[in-house]
Amino acid sequence: MIELDHVVKTYGRTTALDGLSLTVGRGELVGLLGPNGAGKTTAIKLLIGLTRPTRGSGRVLGAPLGDRAARARIGYLPELFRYQPWLRAREVLRLHTELAGLAPARRPGAVDDALAWVGLAERADDPVSGFSKGMQQRLGLGVALLGDPELILLDEPTSALDPIGRTDVRAIVRSARDRGATVILNSHLLSEVEQVCDRVVILHQGRAVASGPLEEIVAAGGVRLRVTDLDPAGRQALAAFGAVGIDGEWVAIRPLDRARIPDVVEAIVAAGGRVHAVEPGRGSLEARFLELVTGPPPPAAPTDPPAALDALDAS
Amino acid sequence: MIVIARLTIRELVRRRVVWVLAALSIVSVALVGWGLERLVTLARADGVLELEIRIGVSQVLILVAFMFSFVLAMTAAFIGAPAIGGDLESGVALAILARPVRRASVLVGRWLGCVCVVVAYTVMSGLLAIAVAIGVSGFGPPEPLLAVAFLAGQAVVLLTLTLALGSVLPSIAAGAIAVVGFGLGWMAGVMAGVAAAFGVELLGRVAEASRWLLPSDGLWRGVIYGLEPPLVVLLAAGRAARVADANPFYASAPPPLVFVIWSVVWIGLVLGLAAWWFERRDL
Ligand SMILES: Nc1ncnc2c1ncn2[C@@H]1O[C@H](COP(=O)(O)OP(=O)(O)OP(=O)(O)O)[C@@H](O)[C@H]1O
Ligand SMILES: [Mg+2]
Repeated sequence: MIELDHVVKTYGRTTALDGLSLTVGRGELVGLLGPNGAGKTTAIKLLIGLTRPTRGSGRVLGAPLGDRAARARIGYLPELFRYQPWLRAREVLRLHTELAGLAPARRPGAVDDALAWVGLAERADDPVSGFSKGMQQRLGLGVALLGDPELILLDEPTSALDPIGRTDVRAIVRSARDRGATVILNSHLLSEVEQVCDRVVILHQGRAVASGPLEEIVAAGGVRLRVTDLDPAGRQALAAFGAVGIDGEWVAIRPLDRARIPDVVEAIVAAGGRVHAVEPGRGSLEARFLELVTGPPPPAAPTDPPAALDALDAS
Repeated sequence: MIVIARLTIRELVRRRVVWVLAALSIVSVALVGWGLERLVTLARADGVLELEIRIGVSQVLILVAFMFSFVLAMTAAFIGAPAIGGDLESGVALAILARPVRRASVLVGRWLGCVCVVVAYTVMSGLLAIAVAIGVSGFGPPEPLLAVAFLAGQAVVLLTLTLALGSVLPSIAAGAIAVVGFGLGWMAGVMAGVAAAFGVELLGRVAEASRWLLPSDGLWRGVIYGLEPPLVVLLAAGRAARVADANPFYASAPPPLVFVIWSVVWIGLVLGLAAWWFERRDL
């Protein structure tokens, strides 16, 4: 569906993308994360053909990057969303049905559907110039969803929305995916991405520093175990699984593939240790994100016990 | 392309540009009619020769046309500069250009929409002014249609220039450059005439070259020619024709056909160049 192969994009002396490779399959709902200036917007613009790669190549919907015909099957919400202020909401959508080359018979239905999805049906005949920023963003979402495109690119779709609007967007995005669309969205709100995306790609300085299903990325946060009676030799042996951090009775190992947690427990028991608690993947997306973006943590540093832990301990 | 052209016309209507232009042309035509009427009535009362009145009317019309050509240049700059540039700056263009449309056809569509409005404005107020002049004085220019066509051509040249610059530069810069270009082109026309009259060959060549570079002034000569009664041409030819040619409000002949063809080619070239550049730029 989408393949980017070592794409480089430079603007003068700034490198926006530094060899980005990315593969997205049909029907996936992918979140692009990254700090400001990581290259998220640039990546989206490349996919829709608004900018061209300096080097590298890619394919979108089976066509090379920037292919005009392929754009008929892509919906796009720009980061800077602005629509003709002298048109009414319905007219903006109608214009886009024409530009997208939708069959004339499908146009009125597509416009009504889009208005309904984004909750603008009541304001459809008001001029865009009177819209609040959030309403303009809803209109932009409507434009992106118009005509049920196969691929939907949303650059920070909730940046101007209130909490209700954000919840709406989650529902909108999920239902678009359920209708068979592939969705790529950028966001700074990690919790949002966590709630809606199947897969996350973390960009940093123009590269993908992590990519995979959400659980995998978070699971790379490792495992925490409460262990007693483990002698120093036994602790040493655990280093074979990953970096070991020790905080009192708590032993943290990361990164660690989830599938190896039983092996860790087995190794501890074999070394004479007693396991009281096992906490897989306690690391949140946020912790993982900060770790990837600000550099790896010192190997032996134990993670702070999550708040829920005390409750667990007490029981 | 047609979708974008229609959108552009709708924009100019909704943003009241069209209505302002229409109101302006009615006001200016009314003023011209009133002025001419006073002039002719007073002159006739004084027993001025009809021939002289006729020449007087034609000169007033030429001056009015010159003023009008300046207004048109400004209009072209105001409409043309933001047509692409403004949309790029506001972000409106992002959503449009993400659709399966060629950037070149968006550019040409915008151009087409603006051309329709500017040409309609020129033709309507030009013909209206001439009609009023005929009604008031009884004298009409020999080639009213030709004059209006050249006037519209000049406006389209300037519109093309601003729109093209607006797809490359910030729109304010594009508008400013086009207005300055219009002024310089007109100056170059004057210089070419002066150079011819006094036989300064180098100046003549530079001025002539700049006339081809921006064909607005050359087309302006066509406007004058269309408004000038043949008698004036004959009179001027009798005297030192070259000196008369130096007058920026006088033309002994219409622009050569080659020049007219060049102007059309020029418009195509400038649009093509802008489209080529626009296709390649990052947004
Ligand atoms: N048109 C441009 N001209 C010059 N530099 C640009 C341009 N667009 C982006 N850049 C640079 O490319 C880099 C990546 O920008 P990009 O907009 O892709 O970041 P982002 O991840 O979307 O950031 P944000 O979270 O702030 O939206 C930045 O260093 C930016 O300065
Ligand atoms: Mg961005």
